[in-house]
Amino acid sequence: MTSPTLELVAYDDAVRRYDPVIGIEVHVELGTKTKMFCAAEVAYGGEPNSQVTPVSLGLPGALPVLNGTAVEHAIKIGLALNCTIAESCRFARKNYFYPDVPKNFQTSQYDEPIAYDGWLDVELEDGTIVRVEIERAHMEEDAGKNTHVGGATGRIHGAEYSLVDYNRAGIPLVEIVTRPITGVGDRAPEVARAYVQTLRDIFRALDVSEARMERGNVRADVNLSLRPSPDSPLGTRTETKNVNSFRSVERAVRFEISRQAGVLDAGQKVIQETRHWHEDTGVTTSGRVKSDAEDYRYFPEPDLVPVAPSREWVEEIRATLPEMPVARRNRLQAEWGYADAEMRDVVNAGALDLIEATVAAGTSAAGARKWWMGELARRAKQDDQTLEDLTVTPAQISALQALVDSGRINDKLARQVLEGVLAGEGDPEDIVVSRGLEVVSDDGPLLAAIDDALAAQPDIAAKVQGGNLGPVGAIIGAVMKATRGQADAGRVRELVLERIGQ
Amino acid sequence: MSTISRDEVARVAALARIDLRSDEVDRLAGELAVIVESIARVSQVATADVPATSHPLPLTNVFRADVPVPALPVADVLAAAPQQEDGRFLVPQILGEE
Repeated sequence: MTSPTLELVAYDDAVRRYDPVIGIEVHVELGTKTKMFCAAEVAYGGEPNSQVTPVSLGLPGALPVLNGTAVEHAIKIGLALNCTIAESCRFARKNYFYPDVPKNFQTSQYDEPIAYDGWLDVELEDGTIVRVEIERAHMEEDAGKNTHVGGATGRIHGAEYSLVDYNRAGIPLVEIVTRPITGVGDRAPEVARAYVQTLRDIFRALDVSEARMERGNVRADVNLSLRPSPDSPLGTRTETKNVNSFRSVERAVRFEISRQAGVLDAGQKVIQETRHWHEDTGVTTSGRVKSDAEDYRYFPEPDLVPVAPSREWVEEIRATLPEMPVARRNRLQAEWGYADAEMRDVVNAGALDLIEATVAAGTSAAGARKWWMGELARRAKQDDQTLEDLTVTPAQISALQALVDSGRINDKLARQVLEGVLAGEGDPEDIVVSRGLEVVSDDGPLLAAIDDALAAQPDIAAKVQGGNLGPVGAIIGAVMKATRGQADAGRVRELVLERIGQ
Repeated sequence: MSTISRDEVARVAALARIDLRSDEVDRLAGELAVIVESIARVSQVATADVPATSHPLPLTNVFRADVPVPALPVADVLAAAPQQEDGRFLVPQILGEE
């Protein structure tokens, strides 16, 4: 079913006249060594169908056995999201026919999720805290990967056939479902983005997933509906599937707000459907209309027994939970003495871990920030990279700053050393030696350069002797130039004054 | 008592991709009705202190250690594939999307 193209309503106008309500489903691939129900190895980038057992292939007679580590990870996630952990829960079969599900059903939790009724505080860029209610977090398995071959666009429509790789089939997933997020108004896109980003940070802090968006470790489905006012009943929602970057989450919500406002303004009804997100054009298009033909015939999985985490086990896991990202950020900001705006910039630049590691290696918080948010941020931006992509480690930055602090190199030389580190020439110490960048601390060459400079500008010496110290700078500049920046300017000044007899 | 209509049988069969002839639909409607009614009698004896269960064995928490085993050789994985290409299963054009 295709609806005629309607005018998009300008975002500001749309949120002035309609109240957006969002709901987000996030799937995270757990970073276990093996799959959810069989011991096939999980490793990124394997040859197609090389990480498959009879269970992940759904061969007749194959029996699933649950991965205990995956259950532990799911409980960790549940606890981090302030959920209740079920006393007992079970798996169900979600039956449907699609080539990426070789068993013809997905093993998932349905009416008995392992975790439910939680919440997560999400901090927006300006420091506003929004509490997101979590309905449930349940365990399930990932599907295989279809590649559509032929056709003009490479998407499904127009494909001549598809190729299926089952390496991903059976990878443990936890799906986290929010309750409707209301009352956020025009900040809905920002809240959606911050929520997914906060979850990503939590997955990493818990060490339950690498949580790399670009690898599809974390995938978001974004539900959105509009209503005339916060007092109105919820409107009809759409579900935009597989939005896989933070920026896209924000853009997809924004787009759907403008689009649905256009539908409602035209006096039409929003159709309850799934929609596809197009990264390149920033629009969503109609996918599958929900209908009663979509009946998954859920029933309890007879091949798996219930999961009944003992309260002792849950408390043991709770005791191992690390500090949550927002708490950590607040603690680090206090320790480092950064202003709010500085801290926000650090977080947004993805420099938090890097600065923490640099400080741990012995550098001052101010020194660490100077490098990561200054020269390195500039380099990353110039090369269109993230800070983490740069070929320099926190230990190297710490060593670099230590060289500056000890006076062996100055800031200008330090930039040349950094240059060498980024070019893969080794650690700062090696580069100082190999490039000959050490500050000239031997007075001999400095005195020679000073004498040359004074001889070249005899009038300056006279002025300085006469008590006017202003022109000393010109001599210092000439010496620095002659020593290619390797002199300590303070020492040069001392020597110049001595030489002139002041 | 509950009865199972022909429409319900036909719908479930379609969902399960089972192609039933008309006489099979009639027969199954009758058989399924007997099964459903038989199971319904269980609820007459079930009391509040008998919890519903999805499994006959009194077992919980059967877990496997997270240790990999060798995977099937790719040739074995693809042995029963009607068609294959580049180490993957080749399937017909997909019309719907999940």
